[in-house]
Amino acid sequence: MAKIIFYFQNFPTIRYATLALLLISLCAALLGVTLVLKRFSMIGDGLSHVTFGAAAIATAMGLVTPIYVSLPITVLAAVLLLKIRSNTKIQGDAAIAMVSAGSLAFGYLIMNLFPGKSSSISGDACTNLFGQGILGINKQDVAICAILSALVLFIFIFFYNKIFAITFDESFSRATGTRAEVYNTLIAVITGVIIVVSMNMVGALLISALITFPALSAMRVFKTFRSVIICASVISIACAIIGVLVSLAVKTPVGSTIVVADVAAFGLFSLIGAILKRN
Amino acid sequence: MALISCENVVLGYENKPIVENLTFCLEQGNYLCIVGENGSGKSTLIRTILRLQSPMSGYLTYGDGLRKNEIGYLPQQTAAQKDFPASVYEVVLSGCLNRSGLAPFYTAKQKKSARDNMELLGITHLQKRCYRELSGGQQQRVLLARALCASSKLILLDEPVAGLDPKVTADMYEIIKDLNRSGVTVIMVSHDIEAAIKYSTHILHVAHTPKFFGTTEDYLSSDAGIAFLKGGRKNG
Repeated sequence: MAKIIFYFQNFPTIRYATLALLLISLCAALLGVTLVLKRFSMIGDGLSHVTFGAAAIATAMGLVTPIYVSLPITVLAAVLLLKIRSNTKIQGDAAIAMVSAGSLAFGYLIMNLFPGKSSSISGDACTNLFGQGILGINKQDVAICAILSALVLFIFIFFYNKIFAITFDESFSRATGTRAEVYNTLIAVITGVIIVVSMNMVGALLISALITFPALSAMRVFKTFRSVIICASVISIACAIIGVLVSLAVKTPVGSTIVVADVAAFGLFSLIGAILKRN
Repeated sequence: MALISCENVVLGYENKPIVENLTFCLEQGNYLCIVGENGSGKSTLIRTILRLQSPMSGYLTYGDGLRKNEIGYLPQQTAAQKDFPASVYEVVLSGCLNRSGLAPFYTAKQKKSARDNMELLGITHLQKRCYRELSGGQQQRVLLARALCASSKLILLDEPVAGLDPKVTADMYEIIKDLNRSGVTVIMVSHDIEAAIKYSTHILHVAHTPKFFGTTEDYLSSDAGIAFLKGGRKNG
């Protein structure tokens, strides 16, 4: 315990990184409720792989801040995946499987062809896929991450009612004059943004866990949209805090520690849900 | 002036016409039932009236300044809705969204309209309940209240009694008729020809080409009406 307090007092980076992680977890949980209910979870998963490929390109180009390349590519992929999904001629899930495996392969290939300054290709790949230790995060990453997640949070609150309406019943919203396609695109774009900013800390393979687990846990117990949103946010933030503390204490990678906490929360909420149902 | 008038309209997907030569008009206060077999183009017609797709040719005009956000709609239920965490109040209130513009939150007036419509349909006591845990009839009342929040001028109901038991079906029809008596214009798509005759003021019978449009009274003595009624009674 004393060790953790020492870390927080003496390493400002850890304080910033924790703040950024909390923001990411909150945004992922908020978006997650919508994505799960709209059956878009796989799009989130596909996008995280696209981000991996995009980051590999950025690294090969020698950019210090890969986000300038990975952000536009991922957002573009988000919009395209959404378009494919609404096009009945191509199977949406098959398209996502193609895009995600394709981007992974492409990214890893690029990393091997253009190793850049890095000494360890597998180390880089591992960092991008599973995130890094909390001490490895630099100040600039944290700043970009904080700004973008704050923006996502603002958009979510501002469009909360619209997001509810198009999630619950898109055809009704369209029919009564709400521009559903605009909001669908907005959701896809902010999902892309959250995935890009969290890759550095949580890792591309683990982000979809942050998106889906809190929403699914909350839905075991709560039955109105607002309560599910609030509960998912609380679960997600609590798991992020637990994950950071545990990872500092026993030096585990922070991303996977948070995800394991989320899995445990899901187990707990499933149990509570089952007990409530029986009574 | 007619609320909706439709002149020589051809409807279809990807250059394949489904319904041709469609001509009808809808006046304020009418109760129009659209009947016809599966695949006869009823849903396509609904989508066109809601301006979700355009007619392939012909004219569909909206009178009395009927704007897109002045049609209340009760869609057929989708699978996604059935496991959705949402309270009755949240669902009804979302009907008010079409007049919110960019405003992020609902106004006191919109919240009042949601409460009034819940009262009208007798679902106020359910407002905190989870939508997915209600019975089929209660769910339809919730969706009808939402449609009324979107507009009390014209409501469009797509198979509103599908899957309901006979008692609840009869209640639902009475509610819709009461709304119509109080001045709401109603368009209803239905398989239930008996109920269409009992409650509606006008009938549009579609089967690739419109077989009949006119008042319900005239429909009963038309060839299309007699043939369809025989079939319907036999099946029923």
